Amino acid sequence: MIQAPDLPVWAALLVAVFMLTGAAITLIGSLGLLRLKTFYERVHAPTLGTTLGTVFIVLGSMLCFSVIQSRPLVHELLIAVFVTLTTPVTLMLLARAALYRDRTEGNEDVPAYDEDAA
Amino acid sequence: MTTLFLAWSITGAQVMLGLAMACAAYRLLFGPRAQDRILGLDTFYVNAMLMALTFGVQTGRTLYFEASLAIALMGFAGTVALSKFLMRGEVIE
Repeated sequence: MIQAPDLPVWAALLVAVFMLTGAAITLIGSLGLLRLKTFYERVHAPTLGTTLGTVFIVLGSMLCFSVIQSRPLVHELLIAVFVTLTTPVTLMLLARAALYRDRTEGNEDVPAYDEDAA
Repeated sequence: MTTLFLAWSITGAQVMLGLAMACAAYRLLFGPRAQDRILGLDTFYVNAMLMALTFGVQTGRTLYFEASLAIALMGFAGTVALSKFLMRGEVIE
């Protein structure tokens, strides 16, 4: 699976740097998901991959296809915008569901009620 | 020479994304509670979507872009549905 498109030197270097940076940031986020101790800490870590990781890889892909077809192609921006908009929604829903479960079980380490809802 | 460098960089990025998917799969399989498993599934979806984007750059086809957009949509819908299920015990009220 060693293959790559033919790009000029500057574009190839930029695409390689964007790809490696994005993948490394995503890996760091997933390692955080693996290693952090509680659920409320773990819910923060993967957002590294959904924000910076996605932005870098999308930038690399946009640059690659724009140079190949020699016109600006920005449809990958759809993915970046969509992921950046939906991740906070899903993770807040998930964290509230986890909080609800912890409260109904009467766990000591979460606040017992919500000050805003009172 | 430059093409070879780019090819190895893309392969390295794919290996890193594969390791990230393995971390998410561990949380998905062994997560202590249901919310950990859902978080693992969400991370797995995002990592798979990024992996599809790198395949698109590798082969130079725009087909992979559409696949990754579909994966992102499915991941959003799935995580929202599972979170609603944890909260209420049913998906559609």
